[in-house]
Amino acid sequence: MTAAHMHPSRSFQGLILALHNYWADYGCVVLQPYDMEVGAGTFHPATTLRSLGPKPWNAAYVQPSRRPKDGRYGENPNRLQHYYQYQVILKPNPPNLQELYLGSLAAIGLDMSVHDVRFVEDDWESPTLGAWGLGWECWCDGMEVSQFTYFQQVCGIECAPVAGELTYGLERLAMYVQGVDNVYDLNFNGREGDEKVTYGDVFLQAEQEYSRYNFEFANTAVLFRHFEEAEAECKALLAAGEAAPGANAALHKCVFPAYDQAIKASHVFNLLDARGVISVTERQSYILRVRNLAKGCGEAFLRTDAGGATMKAA
Amino acid sequence: MPDLLLELRSEEIPARMQRKAAGDLKKMVTDGLVEAGLTYEAANEYWTPRRLTLDIRGLNARSKDVREEIKGPSVSAPEQAIQGFLRKAGLSDVSQAHTHTDPKKGEFYVAHLVKAGRATEEIIAELVPSVVRAFPWPKSMRWGKASAKPGSMRWVRPLQSILCTFGPETEEPVVVDFDIDGIRSGNVTYGHRFHAPGAITVRRFDDYVAKLEAAKVVLDAERRKRIILDDAKNLAFASGLDLVEDEGLLEEVSGLVEWPVVLMGEFEEDYLSIPPEVIRLTIRANQKCFVARPQGRDDTLANRFLLTANIEATDGGKEIVHGNGKVVRARLSDAVHFWKTDQSDLPDLKDFASSAEKFGLDLKKPLDQRMARLDHLNVTFHAKLGSQGARVARIVALARELAPTVGADPDAAARAAVLCKADLQTEIVGEFPELQGAMGRKYALLQGENEAVAAAIEDHYKPQGPSDTVPTDPVAVAVALADKLDTLVGFWAIDEKPTGSKDPYALRRAALGVIRIVVENGVHLPLTRAFMAGVEIDRAAAADLLSFFHDRLKVYMRDKGARHDLIDAVISDEADDLLLVTMRVAALGMFLDSDDGKNLLAGTKRAANILAAEEKKGTVIAASVDAALFRQPEENALFDAVNQAEKNAAQAIQQQDFSAAMLALSVLRAPVDAFFEAVLVNDEDRAVRANRLALLARIRFATGAVADFSRIAG
Repeated sequence: MTAAHMHPSRSFQGLILALHNYWADYGCVVLQPYDMEVGAGTFHPATTLRSLGPKPWNAAYVQPSRRPKDGRYGENPNRLQHYYQYQVILKPNPPNLQELYLGSLAAIGLDMSVHDVRFVEDDWESPTLGAWGLGWECWCDGMEVSQFTYFQQVCGIECAPVAGELTYGLERLAMYVQGVDNVYDLNFNGREGDEKVTYGDVFLQAEQEYSRYNFEFANTAVLFRHFEEAEAECKALLAAGEAAPGANAALHKCVFPAYDQAIKASHVFNLLDARGVISVTERQSYILRVRNLAKGCGEAFLRTDAGGATMKAA
Repeated sequence: MPDLLLELRSEEIPARMQRKAAGDLKKMVTDGLVEAGLTYEAANEYWTPRRLTLDIRGLNARSKDVREEIKGPSVSAPEQAIQGFLRKAGLSDVSQAHTHTDPKKGEFYVAHLVKAGRATEEIIAELVPSVVRAFPWPKSMRWGKASAKPGSMRWVRPLQSILCTFGPETEEPVVVDFDIDGIRSGNVTYGHRFHAPGAITVRRFDDYVAKLEAAKVVLDAERRKRIILDDAKNLAFASGLDLVEDEGLLEEVSGLVEWPVVLMGEFEEDYLSIPPEVIRLTIRANQKCFVARPQGRDDTLANRFLLTANIEATDGGKEIVHGNGKVVRARLSDAVHFWKTDQSDLPDLKDFASSAEKFGLDLKKPLDQRMARLDHLNVTFHAKLGSQGARVARIVALARELAPTVGADPDAAARAAVLCKADLQTEIVGEFPELQGAMGRKYALLQGENEAVAAAIEDHYKPQGPSDTVPTDPVAVAVALADKLDTLVGFWAIDEKPTGSKDPYALRRAALGVIRIVVENGVHLPLTRAFMAGVEIDRAAAADLLSFFHDRLKVYMRDKGARHDLIDAVISDEADDLLLVTMRVAALGMFLDSDDGKNLLAGTKRAANILAAEEKKGTVIAASVDAALFRQPEENALFDAVNQAEKNAAQAIQQQDFSAAMLALSVLRAPVDAFFEAVLVNDEDRAVRANRLALLARIRFATGAVADFSRIAG
């Protein structure tokens, strides 16, 4: 029996732990967040790179996600420039993925006899990752609480087999199950009275500060330079991994570090975008540049052990 | 006669695709059945978010035997020929062939073949997998283990099960047995995802529909739509409201539920302070909910929304209404935030001083601030065409220049142009790009701009297509022309013209917009001069752009019913007053409908043909006519008439009076007719002949001032 303060309907962290338990029980590798700034859980190499190639892969993790443009100086009850995504990636997707997903909602206490859960068309596309898939926004009483995607292509490469990706917007889900209207009122630790810590206690100040940074203070000249540097470094690492000596000359030997630079370029681009210094037409060319980096990393990954290059033909 | 029931059950199909998919399924299956030699009495398709269903009644139990005769050689043909015939017909011995007699051929062999009919089940078992594999989804996907291999089955979302039964009403139907990539057909389906998730065994359509209904699935989309609409109207009515009907939304919502339950929620009245279309779009786009208005009012909304749930909640929908209300409120609170932000001061105003000066902006006004920021941020319009600020500066200059031509006050046109893109920097347009222009107009009025300026901000985007309205107020006309011309000239200058079906910057639409504005408002606008006013463009590119306008003008005029040969006849490469072209075509059309016109056309063509024949031979046609060489009075008469007609026509053209020009030419008809009647051009005297050819050339020249008659048909 779960202690009251650990229950998903009382505690933000209890919600996370319930999801961890559910997916760990299913057999997923439960990972920790990637230690870089990313716009979504999809950017974690455990999704982007591991969804490529033939090897089965089941993982779940929380990923702090940054969307500089969504900052509202802490004044909007729903929108944050930093929030948590809960990410599940199952390759190949099991045939009952929808049921598994609904099971996870039940596991966090959503009663489907009073809540209206719906799968609403949402073709997912990440131009920066050269990725697309088909799936849905999952709605609970009109609120989008998850994204559900069958990856078709990642880094410009066909997924074979297809991976199923579930992304839960944790704050929204938590607001739902806790019944609060303002994200900053979420009970973070499930305690009451003096012991209670809210989401606002943890994040409100940071939201205000980062909103200022994202919209007003970020030095765009420096950011433009960072972008160029990350792009150059990614290409250099891809080239270095190509030439590196080793037992198997055909294998690529420096994919993950190169991919980190692609992530960095992508986040810097998001910051520049939030500062409003990139026009609609320029955006395209920046997105294309990041995509080229991701594509190079994806292609290199397929020539590694994790990418299936050393698997014997079945 | 047996019936077929087919259900393809999948994970949720996008609402917008369901109707067409069900129709495609019907067409593909019935076409396939007919092609296999079967007939059927009726076929109906159904769909829900999770299934496509086909009900075919009165199919044959099997396809008919097909009799075929293969004619062979004469009975006396060589053995080799007879053996060849037997092989072809699939006979083992000549005794299996019949002999027929024919008066020409005599006695010859004929093979009587019977292609046995096939059981319909067998045909269906072959047909359905091929239909599934070739199904024309707009977007389809692979899934699961099978997707590791190339060529695995595709469907719009994972296909979960196939139900396929066949049999007459009087007997127990059978399962038509087949397998597609591991999915085996059966007689089982499943009901509502939450209310009745268990397996349901089905025999035929009638019990299928009834069992689904019992399992909380309304199979018929039209019925779901009726339920939603009726319930929504009733709920609204009970609260003294009228539902704001929205067929597109109704269709979509009916494709999101198998068991529709309409509920009404509310939001705070404070939100009604934002424009109704912003509220409606916010609630529709994000929440797929209807809105309502107080009965008898069409200028305002009520603080209610109507949602369609997919379950009969055990708490009567309390949680669902509560949850949806929260989201609606959050969205509206975003919208209010945007609406207020757009009317308040921007934070870093001091940075905008130089932009404000450049455009003569008043930084006390919100929309002026947005324009200043647009310029200040150096937002790129296009890499090769510079910033949005530079673009607006060009539009301002051009609008000011065009203003007198279209009858607008130059200052008003310039002011409207300065603000015409400012709303791109507003929050609401950021959220709902389709409100660009409309929001600019509202904000302009709120900061005290005059009506014409405010209206021009919205209307300068018009017309957006062949059926959209054309701006008529002179200020809007000036800005609309300036905006479109700047875009066209810019993209021509950097050589990014539309090719084939590719027109990413909608340049064809922009050109059509210019054409419709000048023609429908009666504006004489010399395009070439306007081309030279903004972005630097070289002569060749400008000429190319003009010819692009000519092509669009031809399409536009043809759509309006003008004869394309008449358009060709009056358009010269340099024609840059498009209104003039349309006026000339109209006048020419009327002239050619008259007897004078028809005869003059015939005479002119005759002259032109003679000249063309001579020119082909290399004859040099004299530049001037020598009256001293005339031998017959008809020559003198024609010469006088041509001189007079040319003079009068030129005058009329000068005054752009094309009817008068045609009238001036029409006096040529009699002398031309008389000339061809009495005079033989091909005189023995070379000098006389050359002079007569020169006279014919004058006819061609005189008429050519009005139109190139050689391009006119008939």
